Amino acid sequence: MQRIVIIGNGIAGITAARHIRKHSDDEITVISGETDHFFSRTALMYIYMGHMKYENTKPYEDWFWKKNRINLKRAWVEFIDFEKKQLHLQNSDHIEYDKLLLATGSKSNMFGWPGQDLKGVQGLYSYQDLELMEENTQGINNAVIIGGGLIGVEMAEMLHSRGIPVTFLIREKHFWDNMLPQEEAILIDKHLSKHGIDLRQETELEEILDDGSGKVKGIKTKSGETIDCQFVGLTVGVHPNIDLVKESKIETDRGILVDEYLQTNIPDVYAAGDCVQMKEPMPHRRAIEAVWYAGRMMGETVALTLAGKKTKYQPGIWFNSAKFFDIEYQNYGIVLPQCPEDSSAFYWESQDAEKCIKIIYKKDSLEVQGVNIFGIRNRHEVWDKWLREKRTLDYIIANLPEANFDPEFFKHWEGEIQEKFNEEFPDKKVGVRRKGLLEKILG
Amino acid sequence: MKAIRFTGLILFLFSLGLFLSSFFMSTLTLTEETFNSIVKSEHQETLKPVLSETFGNQYSTSIPFVKEINRAVEEVNAQAKTNQEWDKVIYDDYAGSLARASAEGFVPENKLLFFILIYVVGAIGSLMFILPQVKLNGPPGIKNNHIFHHALNNKGWMGILTGALLIGFYILLYFFPAYITNWIIIVDPLQKLINPSATSSQWFLYGFLYTFAVLVMGVRMLIKYRHSKYQIFRTISVMFFQLAFAFLIPEILVRLNQPYFDFKNMWPLDYDFFDAWHINTLTSSGGVGIFMFAWGITLFVVGVPLFVYFFGKRWYCSWVCGCGGLAETAGDPFRQLSDKSLKAWQIERYLVHGVLVFAVIMTIGVLYTFITGSNTIMGLDTYTYLRKPYGFAIGSIFSGVVGTGFYPLMGNRVWCRFGCPLAAYLGLVQRFKSKFRITTNGGQCISCGNCSTYCEMGIDVRWYAQRGQNIIRSSCVGCGVCSSVCPRGVLNLENRDEDGRFNQPILLGNDSFTVSK
Ligand SMILES: Cc1cc2nc3c(=O)[nH]c(=O)nc-3n(C[C@H](O)[C@H](O)[C@H](O)COP(=O)(O)OP(=O)(O)OC[C@H]3O[C@@H](n4cnc5c(N)ncnc54)[C@H](O)[C@@H]3O)c2cc1C
Ligand code: SF4
Ligand code: SF4
Repeated sequence: MQRIVIIGNGIAGITAARHIRKHSDDEITVISGETDHFFSRTALMYIYMGHMKYENTKPYEDWFWKKNRINLKRAWVEFIDFEKKQLHLQNSDHIEYDKLLLATGSKSNMFGWPGQDLKGVQGLYSYQDLELMEENTQGINNAVIIGGGLIGVEMAEMLHSRGIPVTFLIREKHFWDNMLPQEEAILIDKHLSKHGIDLRQETELEEILDDGSGKVKGIKTKSGETIDCQFVGLTVGVHPNIDLVKESKIETDRGILVDEYLQTNIPDVYAAGDCVQMKEPMPHRRAIEAVWYAGRMMGETVALTLAGKKTKYQPGIWFNSAKFFDIEYQNYGIVLPQCPEDSSAFYWESQDAEKCIKIIYKKDSLEVQGVNIFGIRNRHEVWDKWLREKRTLDYIIANLPEANFDPEFFKHWEGEIQEKFNEEFPDKKVGVRRKGLLEKILG
Repeated sequence: MKAIRFTGLILFLFSLGLFLSSFFMSTLTLTEETFNSIVKSEHQETLKPVLSETFGNQYSTSIPFVKEINRAVEEVNAQAKTNQEWDKVIYDDYAGSLARASAEGFVPENKLLFFILIYVVGAIGSLMFILPQVKLNGPPGIKNNHIFHHALNNKGWMGILTGALLIGFYILLYFFPAYITNWIIIVDPLQKLINPSATSSQWFLYGFLYTFAVLVMGVRMLIKYRHSKYQIFRTISVMFFQLAFAFLIPEILVRLNQPYFDFKNMWPLDYDFFDAWHINTLTSSGGVGIFMFAWGITLFVVGVPLFVYFFGKRWYCSWVCGCGGLAETAGDPFRQLSDKSLKAWQIERYLVHGVLVFAVIMTIGVLYTFITGSNTIMGLDTYTYLRKPYGFAIGSIFSGVVGTGFYPLMGNRVWCRFGCPLAAYLGLVQRFKSKFRITTNGGQCISCGNCSTYCEMGIDVRWYAQRGQNIIRSSCVGCGVCSSVCPRGVLNLENRDEDGRFNQPILLGNDSFTVSK
């Protein structure tokens, strides 16, 4: 029986622990400094907004760990002695391992802005950040958020739920347009303003202003404008958390470098989740993928290797999802913000600008590369199959109703989408979905 | 907008306050004429001497009055028992009818005024409080903001107070109806409107309050989930079935001299369906009665398996049923309080199936008595040992006092989840022979927990969703709220091929290995 130690009780570390238990009887210890138990980081916003309590964000009940013989230890690891295979904890305990998994997650980016250490200025990543945000936003009148990514928009929604007016500064022309093509980015811009978010495009932060007592009193933009506020949310992305191993013999670049087995350059030491940078990512995947799903999949895979069944990490077709206030977003396959030379985009948007679909396809073969869908739920299974089978645009449009995953009685948009396609591709016309009787009656 | 809401709240609190204080707003004076007109002649002789000294006394509330009547009846009964004169023992509940006939003063003289001030003003106030949410809560979409910060929704003082009021109300309604004479009198104008020859009873009051709550809170539900057609249709459906099928049609039937009958209620939820008196009433009421009897049987023999096969138990539990209707409207603010622990699930399975077994045994006993005419099975009286305990423990305490009284403490489906024998039956069919399932959308779950939190049946939906498994649980009532609140579009209620429910390969998005559902 070997001793497997995992640092980090996030989705990557915990999924690994659970799957190791499924395949072996090894001793499993998970060490983490943030919380006693695994919780869903993606649900942090809902705690602040009062949709859930912290308890509700724990995917497993507390008895689960003991029952599955997964030892949990709440502690910060300070230093790893790879020679002696020993972890040094902050409270000067030592823990020995036979195999080690690093799943230390990410950290919020800070770009060294003047004033970024003032009270009232913070990012949002950890549970402690959430507690801090609770404290920092008591009784304030105005908030500014810097940086338009997913965490930024979540923070805007959080503050909005407390009735705190938000000014949202983004460097780009439109919301998240370093990830989203322009049309979708504009759709989200509009939705944000519908919710009363004051989005300032192409506005960069110059400095954060001190009120004289070490607290934030406002910000100054590069164009010289000042905005009063008592809270500044810095959400300009995250980077792999490699603090623990930066100075060690472990090879790192932006993240901890691993091979296709998620193994580091040091024997018996593996890494998974946000902290990882793949040395040779698969062609359709990125080297660093700081998303929940990648953490889960790496955890699932590395568990097999740790349990003695050496398995390559082979993520399938890329998928992702998010929610921007009321608009849900799903993505399957690759949709880059700038359409590649050899590809083209089919785009449909609903009249109320709350729903849209963008399909990227190869110009010559019409083979579909990926899709962005806003405001309509689609089936993961169907898109995964279509993309694997390298289906063409006309085939997919013709079969689009098959992918619909909206609840019963919801309005179907496929007919409109197909009509738009037929206008643009008169020589490839597809049949248009007809309304069922019930739909006609119910309108 | 805020001012409208505030005014609405004041109006609502005013009506609630008036409702509560109307309890005290009449005096009661028993006269000899009233006594003579209500008490059966065979009881008059014994009861009159012990009550006559109270004739003409004015009581300021129903409490001393009812006590006095009950004391007199007990005295007569004690006497009769010591003399072993069993035929003289009084089983009739005279307190209620005498209180009703003896009430005078403010409330009885101003019934209509009270009705308007309590119910019409109450409805207006509630709607003024609810309707502005359309604007105040921003564009349509899930807005569960501050639910866990609120004293009503998160077992704070407001929740506890509401629970206490509800529990108190149910105890009075089921066990001490004589005390709530004033409340019963106030709804009499409505009773007369629907059926001029009837007088309101405690059950009319209950039916009316129930319907009132479903309708007013139904409007709230419609606004809250206005982005979801599924929720809209479902809510309209329960509002309709409560108003038409549970409340109006039975009253109209009575007006037309037909038996009182709720066409959407069914055995074993409707546990007195096979009581001798009920079967006799139906079978002696001509063609209509026979049809009702046949309808009631068809509903649970054919209707349940057939509809559950095609649509899941939701066709009943969250589209038609009255208990479900109240849970889905008035109960919606409390859905997050259901216990999601594995422990609760274990208790649930024992309890709900236990009640089903109890209901079946009780019914067999009652039917045995009906068919054979014998009151006992193996020396045990079917009424005393089966029917009566069932009615008390399950019918009154469990479904009423606990089932609804504990909404603000244990969530809105306490009864449906732990106690309803019909739900257990529907659930067995749903689990083993149905096209219904909640489909999980591949690997898209982020384990956030919204689905589990807002599942009123306490199903840990996330447990399945985060593994990519479909959710097939006998208790799922198909309310669809898990699907509505999921921020990633992971869950969908579907009636599809039975084959696809279990043991399908799971799509995780990971090609490193495969697993099955
Ligand atoms: C607000 C927010 C919303 C998000 N929403 C989404 C979303 O909708 N979809 C999505 O795909 N992704 C989302 N993400 C990203 C997603 O949460 C992460 O990709 C994922 O949680 C990473 O998991 P992990 O297991 O790699 O690391 P983490 O969850 O970060 O876990 C690492 C743990 O290791 C601990 N640790 C680190 N160093 C040490 C040490 N030296 N000693 C002890 N413990 C240590 C950390 O404290 C932490 O608890 C969101 C992130 C945030 C912050
Ligand atoms: S699982 Fe979903 S649909 Fe079923 S009862 Fe729970 S919330 Fe309702
Ligand atoms: S609400 Fe959706 S994303 Fe969240 S745990 Fe449930 S299924 Fe997963």
